[in-house]
Amino acid sequence: MAPQSIIALAGNPNAGKTTLFNSLTGSRQHVGNYPGVTVEKKEGVYLCDGTPLRIVDLPGTYSLTAYSVEEVVARDFLVNDRPQVIVNIVDAANLERNLYLTCQFLELGIPLVIALNMIDVAKDRGIEIDAARLSQLLGLPVLPIIARSGQGTADLMREAARLATHQQEWQPRRLSYGEDLDQILMEMEARITAAGLLTDTHPARWLAIKYLENDEQIMAMGRRADPDCAAALADMATRVTDHLQATVATYPEAMIADHRYGYIKSILRQGVMSHAYDTDRLYTSDRIDRVLTNRFLGPVCMVAVLLALYHVTFTYSQLPVEWLSDLFDWLAATVTALVPAGPLRSLLVAGIIKGVGGVLGFVPLILLMFMGIAFLEDSGYLARVAFMMDRIFRAFGLHGSSVMPYIVSGGIAGGCAVPGVMATRTLRSPKERMATLLTVPFMNCGAKLPVLALLTSIFFAAHQAQILLLLTLLAWGMALLAAKFLRLTVLRGEATPFVMELPPYRLPTFKGLLIHTWEKTWQYIRKAGTVILGISILLWAMMTYPGLPAATTAQFAAQRATALAAASPAVVTEYQQSGRANLSPVARQLAARLVAIDNQQSEEALRHSLAGRFGIALETLTWLPGFDWRTNIALVGGFAAKEIIISTLGTAYSLGEVNREETGSLAKTLARSPHWSPLTAMALIVFIMFYSPCFATVVCIAREASWKWSLFSMAFNTTLAFLLATLVYRLGSLCLAL
Amino acid sequence: MARMPLRQMQKNQSGTITAVKVGGELGRRIREMGLVPGTEIIIQGRAPLYDPVALRVMGGTLTLRNNEADHIEVEVND
Repeated sequence: MAPQSIIALAGNPNAGKTTLFNSLTGSRQHVGNYPGVTVEKKEGVYLCDGTPLRIVDLPGTYSLTAYSVEEVVARDFLVNDRPQVIVNIVDAANLERNLYLTCQFLELGIPLVIALNMIDVAKDRGIEIDAARLSQLLGLPVLPIIARSGQGTADLMREAARLATHQQEWQPRRLSYGEDLDQILMEMEARITAAGLLTDTHPARWLAIKYLENDEQIMAMGRRADPDCAAALADMATRVTDHLQATVATYPEAMIADHRYGYIKSILRQGVMSHAYDTDRLYTSDRIDRVLTNRFLGPVCMVAVLLALYHVTFTYSQLPVEWLSDLFDWLAATVTALVPAGPLRSLLVAGIIKGVGGVLGFVPLILLMFMGIAFLEDSGYLARVAFMMDRIFRAFGLHGSSVMPYIVSGGIAGGCAVPGVMATRTLRSPKERMATLLTVPFMNCGAKLPVLALLTSIFFAAHQAQILLLLTLLAWGMALLAAKFLRLTVLRGEATPFVMELPPYRLPTFKGLLIHTWEKTWQYIRKAGTVILGISILLWAMMTYPGLPAATTAQFAAQRATALAAASPAVVTEYQQSGRANLSPVARQLAARLVAIDNQQSEEALRHSLAGRFGIALETLTWLPGFDWRTNIALVGGFAAKEIIISTLGTAYSLGEVNREETGSLAKTLARSPHWSPLTAMALIVFIMFYSPCFATVVCIAREASWKWSLFSMAFNTTLAFLLATLVYRLGSLCLAL
Repeated sequence: MARMPLRQMQKNQSGTITAVKVGGELGRRIREMGLVPGTEIIIQGRAPLYDPVALRVMGGTLTLRNNEADHIEVEVND
C-alpha cells in the first residue's frame, strides 16, 4: 500500500456523509478551504486495523457538472489528487436518485465502494434492498451501514483499504446513451485519444461526454491544451445537438440524464429493491410536514421556532458574555496596576485588551447561535423555512434560505452580524448568498441597540418603543431593497434554480452538533488573534497619536496646580488621602474641578489625534447630514464596535469615558447642546444603522467572500448611509422651515 | 388521462413526467434530481404563498418554484 492511501468520501447532500465522516475520524479532523474558494475541505485520519487512512470529505453534490463550486471542487479533487478509492455513501431510502452520482463516478473509473447508508430507515419504510444483488449487478462492493450508530463502518473501511491496496488503475465504465450519442461519442473519444487531449488526468470518453453536456470548465481547459482538437470536438457536439433538436427536439444533456436514470432503473428492477408497503404511504416526516409547512400553521410555527432560537441564544449567552467582559475588565485593571502610566499601558489596555476583549466577547453568542442553527439545519427544518419564505425573498433577488442570516444578524433587534455573515454558508446559490452576506449588516445588531436606545430616549422619549420598532422595519426594508439593488447591478444574473430537497426530519447527533459548532467558533477565535488584533491596535493608535504638544500638556498641568493651590491645604490632603470616597463638600468640589480638567485634556488629546483631525477634516462633507467633528470621531470609533460610539462621544464632549450603562451625563449634554435636535439625532440614527459594518464583521466578510468584497461593503454601506442621512437631515430641515 | 404542466397540478394529484422542456443549468438541475421522463410524481403541497411547490419523487421530497415547474409536462392520473 502507498505510504498513506487517500480515501474520498462522496455522496449526495443529506445522504449521511458528514455523520459518517465524523464517526470515522472523530476529533482527528482538520478543516481548511479548497484553494481559491470558500468551500470547506475536511480531512481526517481513520485507523483501519492499525493502518492510517487519509479521509477527505468531498462537498455533498448531486452531480459532477461545472455549475456549482462544490461540484467543480469535487471533481477537480478526484482528477488532480487521484484518491485511491471513493467511498460513495448512498441513502438506501432514496437509492434511485443517489445512484445518479454513482453513475458519474463509474464513468470516471476511480475504484469505488458503495456505502448503503440508513438501511434501518429504509426498512422502516418497507424498502428491502438486496446489497449482494446490487453489488453483483454494478460489479463493485456494496456494504450496508448505519452511519449514526457506526454499524458496518469497520467492514466498509476494511473493504476500502483492501481496494486501495489492490486496484490502482482507473477503469472507466461505458454507459450507453442511445445510438445517436454512442456513435458520436466513439468518434470524439478516438479524436481525444489521438490528440492526447487532457488524457493524462481525465478518461477520454468522460471528456467527450462533458463536451456533449456543454461543460464550460472542461471546454475551456481543452481550448488551452489543444485549440484545434477542442474546436473540432465543439463542432461535433454542435452537430449532434442540432441533429437531436431537429429529430427528437431534445438536448444531448437531457438524453444523457435520461439514459443514466434508465440504467439505474434497469438495475434496480432486477430484484434489488422490494417494497413491503405501498410507496405512497405517509411517513412520520410527512405527517410532521402537514403541520410545519401548513399554509396557516406553518408560518406561525416558524415565527415561534425563530423566536425560541433567538431567545435561547441571547438569554443563555448573556451570563458568559458578562463573565468574559468582567475577565477583560479585570485584566485591564491588573495591567493598569502593574504597568506605569504611559504609551505602553495605553497600548496594552486601550488597544489590545479592549479591542480583542470586545471581539472575544461575542464568542459565547456565536457558540450558542451556531449550535441552534446547526440543530435546525441537521434536523431538516431549515430547508422548510427556505421553502416557506422563498416567494417573498425571491422578489428581492434572494433565496428562501436568506431568512436565517437576516434573523441572526438582528432581524429581530439585537442579533449580531458576525454569526449572520457566517450563517450565509447554508445558501448554496452563489449570487443570492453574496447579496445576503452584503446586506445582513444593515440589521440592528445588539451593539447598535444601546446607541439607538440612547439617542431615541433623549430626543423621542415620548414614542421610544414605536420609534425602535419603526427602525427595525426600516432595517428590513433597506436590507431587502439594497439586496435587490445589488442583484440588479454588481450581482446581476438569473435566479439560481431553487430545485431543492426537503430531507426527512432527523434528530441531529450530539457529536455532529458539537463538531459543527466548535469548528465555526474556532475559526472566529483564530481571526480575533490575528487580523482583529492588528486592526484594534491601529484604531487605538489613530485615537492616541500624535499626542498633545508639551506646551498644551503643561498648560493642563498648570491648571491642575492652580486648582490645587486655590484650595486650602487641609482639603488637598483630604482629597489626596481619602481615596476619593466620602469627601467633604469642599473636597468634592476640588475633585470635580480636577476631573473636569482631565476630561478637557482628553477631549483636546482626541481632537489633536489622527482620528480627531480626520473627524475635523470630514466636516467638509458631514455638514450635509449635519454631523460635527465630535460625531465624526465617534463614528470612526464605531468602526471598531458600534457600542464604542457612546464612549467616544463622551470623550469628545469632555465627559471622560462614558460607561455603557450610565449614559445620563451624556444624555443631558446632548439634550442641552444647541447643535443637537431631533432631526440631527434621526440623521445620525439612520447613519449608524447603515454605515460600514464593524471590523469584526468586515473580517468575516473577507473570510466568507474576499477582501475585495469587504472593502466594497465598507464603501457601499457608508455611501448609502451618508446619502440617507443627508436626505433625512436636508428634507427634514426643509419641512421644518416651511 | 391528460397532459398538463406541473404548475397546474393540484395537491395530492399524481402523474408521470412526459417531458422536461428546458436546457441549461435549470434543465440539468431538474434532471439530476430525478425529474426525467417516466418518473412518477405526486404533488405534496404548496408553500403558504402558493409557491414553491413540493412533490414526492422516488421516495423523497423535492421543491420547485412555479416558474420552474412550467417546464415540466406531466401525464396526470385521474
